[in-house]
Amino acid sequence: MYSRLYKLIVSLPPLLWVGLFLLLPYALMFAHSFWLVRDGTIVHSWNFQNYQKLIASPLYLGVLLRTMRIAGSVTLFSLLLGYPLAYYLSFHASKRKEILYQLVIVPLWVSYLVRGYAWKTILGSEGVLNGLLQYLHLTHEPVSFLLYSPFAVVLVLTHIYTPFVFLPIYAALEHIPRPLVEASQDLGASPRSTFFRIILPLSMPGLLAGATFAFVLSLGDFLAPLLVGGASGTMISNVVQSLFGAAYDWPLGAAISVGILLITITLLFLTERLEKRWSFQ
Amino acid sequence: MTSAANALGNASSAGGAPLLEIRQVAKRFGEREVLKSISLEIAAGEFITLLGESGSGKTTLLRLIAGFEQPSAGEIWMSGSRLDNLAPYRRPVNTVFQNYALFPHLSVQDNVAYGLRVSAAPRHEISGRVAQALSMVRMQDFANARPSRLSGGQQQRVALARALVNRPQLLLLDEPLSALDANLRKQMQSELKALQREIGITFLFVTHDQEEAMALSDRIALLRNGALEQIASPREIYAHPATAYTAEFIGQTNLLRGEIRDAAAGCGPLRWPSSDTPGPALFSLRPEAIGLAGDDDAHSANAVRFRAVIRQQIFSGASEFLELDCSGYVLRARIPARGTLSGEHEFLFSAADAIRVRE
Repeated sequence: MYSRLYKLIVSLPPLLWVGLFLLLPYALMFAHSFWLVRDGTIVHSWNFQNYQKLIASPLYLGVLLRTMRIAGSVTLFSLLLGYPLAYYLSFHASKRKEILYQLVIVPLWVSYLVRGYAWKTILGSEGVLNGLLQYLHLTHEPVSFLLYSPFAVVLVLTHIYTPFVFLPIYAALEHIPRPLVEASQDLGASPRSTFFRIILPLSMPGLLAGATFAFVLSLGDFLAPLLVGGASGTMISNVVQSLFGAAYDWPLGAAISVGILLITITLLFLTERLEKRWSFQ
Repeated sequence: MTSAANALGNASSAGGAPLLEIRQVAKRFGEREVLKSISLEIAAGEFITLLGESGSGKTTLLRLIAGFEQPSAGEIWMSGSRLDNLAPYRRPVNTVFQNYALFPHLSVQDNVAYGLRVSAAPRHEISGRVAQALSMVRMQDFANARPSRLSGGQQQRVALARALVNRPQLLLLDEPLSALDANLRKQMQSELKALQREIGITFLFVTHDQEEAMALSDRIALLRNGALEQIASPREIYAHPATAYTAEFIGQTNLLRGEIRDAAAGCGPLRWPSSDTPGPALFSLRPEAIGLAGDDDAHSANAVRFRAVIRQQIFSGASEFLELDCSGYVLRARIPARGTLSGEHEFLFSAADAIRVRE
């Protein structure tokens, strides 16, 4: 038996950590969302004004919708890239498996910021891509939609989050017992049929986990739109950041944050339920 | 020698083309030669067992027939058409896998219906055939259960139903009973045998368990290091093992080393008349062929008699297992139970039971 004192000493640091850096900030954020700014100072008077402003304002809703559209596109494209890659590695790469796996992982070692800037130099009007297009005489003047657009944000986020989608899918595929695939073929199912009836359903938990990563991380992303998004590629986190910064409207920023948090929690709850439904092992 | 003809593996039912023909099939994995020119014919309706130790190539041969591996040489034919160049899903063959390989995300009846669905059988036909297959293995009450809820024996039955519902011409069984405990295995053996008789589908059964092979098979094909050692009915292979390996692998035996000279075989202190080719010789003598003299001497006038000291006696219910020392020559005998024995006794065996075997 451990003494009471020992238990206290052991559990105190994590409790403090969670309390100070998780519960307290959330509580503050939650409280702020019901306060308001008057004459340049935050007034602690409880009200729903911030939430009313949010729902009424087409500006914030518009950015939120765009954010979700971008996050949705990133999820879709990283699944389209990540799933076939994971499938190839798990089922067909044989000897090349290790090296390919490392190649997928290596970008994760490079700072997010560096990769963002790299895309800037590729997509810019003086960038590598435009240089190539002009060199090949495909265009006469720089193509401008490449940088500072939702397209650029989706591109950069897809590049950054594809490994996050790849990993859980790959793990799920590796866990499928190969005799199941053989049994399917043995029972007369073509490779295509085997994929849709056996492999895809059994990799569903991994697919859902990967999709959740991509969507949730994109939803709250703030650097990619800042670096390559421009005005048309602004996302909700940028709005929050400016509200907490120059605009000095912490209560409205907090209300938006609570909104995003609710969306994220709902999403995580749903995907967890779905993942449970699809796990059989 | 009879074993030479047997080695060709001619199907036991004379006349009629064999269902499956394996023609000089070899398989190499890199440098490793797993199968060396196997030829085997299997008749329709037969229960044939591929028996061998692990690494003998029996599972590889099964996988070649199922289509999960490609032969390095040779051909496999089925009902007059080439089988080995077809994709696995185009072969009229179904497999019961070692660990059943039931689909965890499908219910028992969806598992069984799988083969019918992917081959686009008429919808109205599927439910009837699935129900029939499930009742055949007495699993109709579990139709909606998930495989993970079932015991090993139940999963085994579902795996059987899932394969048989497709009415394959040939059913491949890859050590299907090895994951079950001893009692259940015995029970499943007799169920399997009864089922095979009832439906008349050809069974190709892979096992490393010689007792299982003896209990189930019409014929046993014994594999050793990727080559066919002997192929014969269980009784034939037990009574007339062609090689020392077969004699020791199937049942227990005494291997007697000696030579044949002047129309007599001599192994240590034992001698008996033999008209076989003179030269060094190896004989297999089953323990139960040795008896205690004095019991029924009238019938054994031509018996080979010898005196031996009983070194050890192990009682096993109906029989006694004896370890005999015959002037330094050790023999094992199994005699009907008859109380504690000790000291020197006279024993005998019939010369016909000493089977000359190859190394």
